[in-house]
Amino acid sequence: MKQGKGRFLTRRVAFYVATAWSAITLNFLIPRLMPGDPTSVIVRQLQKQSGESIPPEAVEAIQKLFGDPRAGLLQQYWDYLGSVARLDFGLSISRFPTPVGELLGAGLPWTLLLVGTTTLLAFAIGTGLGIAAGWKPGGRLDGFLSPLSTFLSALPYFWVALIALYVFGLVLGWFPLGGGYDPDLYGRPGFLGSVLEHLVMPAATIVFSAFGGWLLGMRNMMITTVSEDYVLLGKAKGLSSGRVMFRYAARNALLPSVTGFAMAIGGVLGGALLTEIVFSYPGIGYLLYDAVSKRDYPLMQGVFLLTTLTVLLANFVADSVYVMIDPRTREAGR
Amino acid sequence: MKVRIGIGIIAFFAVIAIVGPWLNDLLGVGPWKIDYDAISQAPSGEHLLGTTSQGTDVLAQMIAGTRNSMVVGSVAAIIGVVLAVVLGVTAGFFGGKVDAVLSFVTNMFLVLPVLPLTLIVAGYVQDTGPVTIALIIGLFGWAPGARTLRAQTLSLRRRDFVMAMRMVGETRARLIFVEVLPHLAGWISAMFLHLVLGAVLAEAGLAFLGISSADTVSWGTIIDQARQVAMLNGMWWWFVPPGLCIALLGTATGLVNFGIDEVMNPRLRTADIKAMRKALA
Repeated sequence: MKQGKGRFLTRRVAFYVATAWSAITLNFLIPRLMPGDPTSVIVRQLQKQSGESIPPEAVEAIQKLFGDPRAGLLQQYWDYLGSVARLDFGLSISRFPTPVGELLGAGLPWTLLLVGTTTLLAFAIGTGLGIAAGWKPGGRLDGFLSPLSTFLSALPYFWVALIALYVFGLVLGWFPLGGGYDPDLYGRPGFLGSVLEHLVMPAATIVFSAFGGWLLGMRNMMITTVSEDYVLLGKAKGLSSGRVMFRYAARNALLPSVTGFAMAIGGVLGGALLTEIVFSYPGIGYLLYDAVSKRDYPLMQGVFLLTTLTVLLANFVADSVYVMIDPRTREAGR
Repeated sequence: MKVRIGIGIIAFFAVIAIVGPWLNDLLGVGPWKIDYDAISQAPSGEHLLGTTSQGTDVLAQMIAGTRNSMVVGSVAAIIGVVLAVVLGVTAGFFGGKVDAVLSFVTNMFLVLPVLPLTLIVAGYVQDTGPVTIALIIGLFGWAPGARTLRAQTLSLRRRDFVMAMRMVGETRARLIFVEVLPHLAGWISAMFLHLVLGAVLAEAGLAFLGISSADTVSWGTIIDQARQVAMLNGMWWWFVPPGLCIALLGTATGLVNFGIDEVMNPRLRTADIKAMRKALA
């Protein structure tokens, strides 16, 4: 038993390492596929944008990104892998000379806080309602929830965020208009409260636009499971309907949702990054916006690597959970 | 019924996308035409959806934007579907080493987050017109579809009718195109709709991040421009319509997919039977 589990996970680890490697390599190749002399094009653009000359160190940082034409491609690749291993992502151009790694490090906790809480909440709410809707398909609850969640899951995250910001921030004034905390309270007793206060609106918009997808997936699986013989048997035995619903049907219907969890996390992260921009939330999304609008390519690539690797890690965690709750994967690993 | 409403909404947007420029001429408005007497105006008889802070007509921009958003959506979806069919069906039908390699690539693209991936490519491209954006989005959106098609092909390949035709000596090409592919039509059309919506959303997201070309207008660029000005001035008529259109299109694809799901998975149809019984009683 135990060996099968181990083998399954070893194969998954190998897969994720290979995927991470290709993402890292892609990150290396894309700038180098640019035709011509991208460094001077970007330096010119930056100068036009800021109106001042670019320090030579910054030019060097851009040059490093696109590859030093004097060094061979293999040598460049080797150096690049080394710097990634040292978590050295180069220097940011828009906030020169702050290292990209430092910026990412400052933004990551905020994004993790936002994405972590919202993903868990959306999963719990969506799955819970999905169980209820799928238990009696065509019932009143289902007839209301399914169309609603179809509509909700089609809403663009950032648009919902805009509306929320407009209604609850601007018109009603219930919540702060942006930021992750009140700078006046930094390091003071009320700090935690202010972090929570700033978290409410971005988190609520993400949960609002994300839970519908979970609901629909869970509902469809529930409907399929509810018509299984073992559920009928459970009912025939006279078990309470709550017991049949949760221990018999929902428990089995949940499995695909866990796999779905892994795939959805990438989408949720994308939506969260855009939501952060609307609320000027000090996470990775805000950095990304800065990077794109100010053509800060080193920062853009740092964000790409960080988000990709985080998603891969989250996927691996979901895989491990799946192994723990589904005994069949253990058998299959043998 | 659900399906009909869905198809109706999709058809509506498709028609607007096609006749957009003529419709704008007919209404006497243009997406770039500036009305200096009506800057930041709320909806009125003259400007049905109001005007932007530059004095352009929001309705005209919406009509013109529909075309670009639909172009991005359908071009990206076509690319995505073609890739998904080629990779998924090939992997499922041939199995063995071909399957191992293709599945590996598919799984890889499945776990890589799409937005950062699209962004990193789009960020370097100099030309960010609708078709380029669609190409990039399509290139990264095929993986979930390919996975489903692979699984379906795998099970179809072992069905009796395919086995029988194989024994009769039909060529591989005929087996794939005549025996297997028609049975995947439902999946493929559901996938297409899903990809259209995904691409429209992705385009809006990219435009929101500032990756769009300055001389095209799409639902995404309207939201992006409105965000910077309309929010603080309370110009709801500017930023509400584009998001609502995206949501409508999304609901429509969802409704149609409900129908397709119910055709393919009869267990889901219980919902309809119960509703019918209720209606009859």
